[in-house]
Amino acid sequence: MNRSFLFGVVAGLLLYFPGASAEDVVMARCALAFPEAMLVLQESIRDHGYTVARVQRIDIGLTGMGYKTDKYRIVFAGKAEEIRYLTENAPQLIPYLPPKISIFAEGEQTILVTSHPKLYAEIAGAAIDPVIFERWTNDLYSIFHDVRMAE
Amino acid sequence: MAHCAACHGDQGDGGVGVPLALPAFLESVDDSFLRTTIRLGRPGRVMPAFSTLSDAQVDALVGHIRGWSGKPEPVFAPTPVKGDAQHGKELFAKYCASCHGEMGEGGSGTGVTFSRRRKLPIIAPALNNPGFLAAASDEMIKHTLEFGREGTPMRSFLVQGLSEQDINDLVSAIRSMEDSEYTGSRPEVTLDEAVIITESPYTLEETIENLKESIISQNFLLIRTDYLEHGLVEEGKEDKRQVILHFCNFKLLFDALAIDPRVGMFLPCRVTVVEREGKVLVMTINPMYLSHLFNNDELDEACKQMHGIYNEILEDATL
Ligand code: HEC
Ligand code: HEC
Repeated sequence: MNRSFLFGVVAGLLLYFPGASAEDVVMARCALAFPEAMLVLQESIRDHGYTVARVQRIDIGLTGMGYKTDKYRIVFAGKAEEIRYLTENAPQLIPYLPPKISIFAEGEQTILVTSHPKLYAEIAGAAIDPVIFERWTNDLYSIFHDVRMAE
Repeated sequence: MAHCAACHGDQGDGGVGVPLALPAFLESVDDSFLRTTIRLGRPGRVMPAFSTLSDAQVDALVGHIRGWSGKPEPVFAPTPVKGDAQHGKELFAKYCASCHGEMGEGGSGTGVTFSRRRKLPIIAPALNNPGFLAAASDEMIKHTLEFGREGTPMRSFLVQGLSEQDINDLVSAIRSMEDSEYTGSRPEVTLDEAVIITESPYTLEETIENLKESIISQNFLLIRTDYLEHGLVEEGKEDKRQVILHFCNFKLLFDALAIDPRVGMFLPCRVTVVEREGKVLVMTINPMYLSHLFNNDELDEACKQMHGIYNEILEDATL
């Protein structure tokens, strides 16, 4: 067992203790239908300098099981150098990476959901300059604003 | 209002949250009910507490919601309703529990959202909830029972044949839920439990093969295995010592979506294998840790199960 590595993981985690609030989960409703909202989301992610690493369908067979929608995707995105920096310096954050946004249809509209980047900041702990997560937060709100305002 | 619209709809017609624009709803709640609900939320029932909004912001929200009906707020006498709570409990079991739950804990899932299976067009709210009980006056509850909420599954119980005394008894029974001390199922998960992590005595490749086996033996479908940096860096340039296995179980997925359509944040299920300084570590998120963000007791319960499954997969693969 690599004690120093594990110790670093645990010590990093013990420094913060989060409490739940309305800000923990960030959501947005987009007046556009799913395919259009998806395009706006991906475009905005790229405009903010992030790479869309993958779009994962998790909805195969949903309608068959009685759901009214079959449109549910997870969009993984990040900046390569930031993700590498984080995996190297905050290994306890690894299972939470790369960051993702859920996007699903609700009737003729589309809902976006993600966790507030402070989740990552808390888990990363003191090893990481929080400025990176502050930037993520600003970018996230700006991206969600784009999607919310899209017509 | 954008905060609310994500769940309640731009026009208040509902989603993850219940509808707020229905005339029958707005006729049955006063502004103080709305204000308190916004402030306290509904602990464990998805509706968050908006404790940091200013009074002026809360008033603006209430004004906006009120604007949907264009009618002034109803006025309810502040006097408590007197009834026989014991008799009320019997009536509750007979007439209400099928929708609101045995203990008044609310229907399974929430709101009206279109993207999941549900038993009713609107899921019945939790009544034993401290947020609801703090917001609702006795007379307000009585009004809802007498008139129902047209356009929702909530019917008038006068029309259904109950007497005014029966309704008073029901109000007392609901009020007495305050004493039954709701604790919620919210597990106390601390930051040091945000990840599940095990060291593997095997090589990276062996560990991955073991994981594939244990994932399948837990009845999951392996979706794919790729590098953590897949898609972020040029193909071939990924760090080969960080591998993610993605997997899914459709039955679990469907159940989870019915509880909370936002569960995408837990999906697909993933295990990450990392090789560092000659050590192989197997890691997953702790679903119970992530779950605490969602203010959903039912989800917490499901995540407790997932936590157990993740643990077993990791143990199996590193035995
Ligand atoms: C994350 C989703 C979510 C958000 C965001 C949200 N709500 Fe809710 N809200 C709900 C749910 C779910 C319920 C029903 C709780 C239940 O079923 O027990 C609810 C209930 C309510 C109720 C009580 C309705 C009734 O029938 O008694 C009011 C009023 C309300 N919300 C107002 C708001 C306002 C105003 C905002 C924005 C400041 C807001 N909500 C934000 C999910 C949400
Ligand atoms: C068929 C299902 C159903 C039954 C039976 C039912 N309710 Fe309801 N009830 C609902 C729904 C759905 C709502 C939410 C209506 C809305 O969206 O405004 C509701 C709302 C309420 C509310 C207001 C809650 C809030 O958060 O505003 C109270 C109080 C209530 N019900 C009490 C009762 C009682 C007491 C009984 C039994 C006498 C009962 N209900 C029977 C479905 C039901």
